[in-house]
Amino acid sequence: MAESGVIVPNKVVIIGGSTGSIEVLLQLLPALQSPLAFSVVIVLHRKNTADSTLANLLSLKTAIPVKEVDDKDILQPGHIYLAPADYHLLIELDGSFSLDDSEKVNYSRPSIDVAFESAADVFGPALIGVLLSGANADGTNGLIAIKQAGGQVVVQQPETAQVAFMPQQAILRSQPDYILDVPGLIALLTTGI
Amino acid sequence: MIEEEEVDLLLNDLVDLYGYDFTHYARASLKRRINRLWSLDRFPSFAELRYRVRSDSDYLKRFVEELTVNVTEMFRDPLFYKALRTEVLTALAAKPFIRVWHAGCSTGEEVFSMAILLKEANLLHKSLLYATDLNPEVLEAARNGIFAMGPMKQYSENYILSGGIHDFSIYYTAQYGYVKFDEELTRKMVFSTHNLVSDRSFNEFDLILCRNVLIYFDKALQERVFTLFDESLGPLSFLALGAKETIKFSSIQAKYKQIGSEKLWRKVG
Repeated sequence: MAESGVIVPNKVVIIGGSTGSIEVLLQLLPALQSPLAFSVVIVLHRKNTADSTLANLLSLKTAIPVKEVDDKDILQPGHIYLAPADYHLLIELDGSFSLDDSEKVNYSRPSIDVAFESAADVFGPALIGVLLSGANADGTNGLIAIKQAGGQVVVQQPETAQVAFMPQQAILRSQPDYILDVPGLIALLTTGI
Repeated sequence: MIEEEEVDLLLNDLVDLYGYDFTHYARASLKRRINRLWSLDRFPSFAELRYRVRSDSDYLKRFVEELTVNVTEMFRDPLFYKALRTEVLTALAAKPFIRVWHAGCSTGEEVFSMAILLKEANLLHKSLLYATDLNPEVLEAARNGIFAMGPMKQYSENYILSGGIHDFSIYYTAQYGYVKFDEELTRKMVFSTHNLVSDRSFNEFDLILCRNVLIYFDKALQERVFTLFDESLGPLSFLALGAKETIKFSSIQAKYKQIGSEKLWRKVG
């Protein structure tokens, strides 16, 4: 299933998570080498505030540019993008981001499912979906869509997650390619996908 | 899941049969809205969805209303409203008459927020708020000034954060899970259908608010709307956009100066 060896440049890694996932990112981001050969898109359930505290916090942990997405930003390799609070994040066929403030999905905006499904539609086999710790079932349908579009599915090992429910749901329903603890996830993203 | 070609077919139907042009809406979001309706209304196939849209004009109303996003709230982004109070209303206070346009106002929550700001600045008596949307149904809801009670607690918190000093409930009367806002506010509002895709400028304004509408448009349509706004804005007037929207990279940018860190611009050129 998995392509072995080096990371293909224009690959996209999309990471979703809720409660307990920021801690994982704070370990993962410092381990990523700059310049990054792929792009990373992060979709977290977060407090509904318009401030950029989270983007600032993440950018302290890496030399790779971290950008909270504005409407119509173009997704580029070597960048880390963060979904803004209170908007769904979608991706257009031309590689630009769209934001959407429609109804919450799984009680969440941004919804991980919405972002994952949209990314699966655009990137197909070039997409790796990663789902981390969290207390709700958002993300599982998104991972199923990624899998169906030929992408790869990675789920945090529930025993290592601060809240196991989100990864457990994903494991039950999405047939992950990898179930990894944090060091395993770091190894996957730094040495080959 | 709907295919790209099927989206094209539906969008062409809407233009040909009804004159609604969604072809320059941001495609990813539009596609998701269509998928959502397909599953909500349980169409067994794309052909049946398309047939219903083409043949049932009552269903068309629902289709267009659900295709467009009508999620809105009062005093969303309280710091933006604070900037409206301190930067915009103070600058407009000396004018003999104040015209405001809410473009894409949906069910009107932002129009009522604005009317409250104007009232608290003692400017409502000489203001007129034009509120437009492409959906007649949402305008009807807005015109009534009746809203669900549920979100009022959140709105009240937003209002206080925006610099409001009153008890928010002085602006409405509550009954049976709903609230009705004072007619003093609605008296200064004019509701009308207007489609940003196809309709033209209809007046000159001191302030245009169009928040979280342009995110649903592609760049070409955004450019059209910016030109329309520019034609509708008088000298030293203001333009307000949503938190993630910008006039940067547009052709009108050079004539406008951003005020502070909020998505507020003043026409200086």
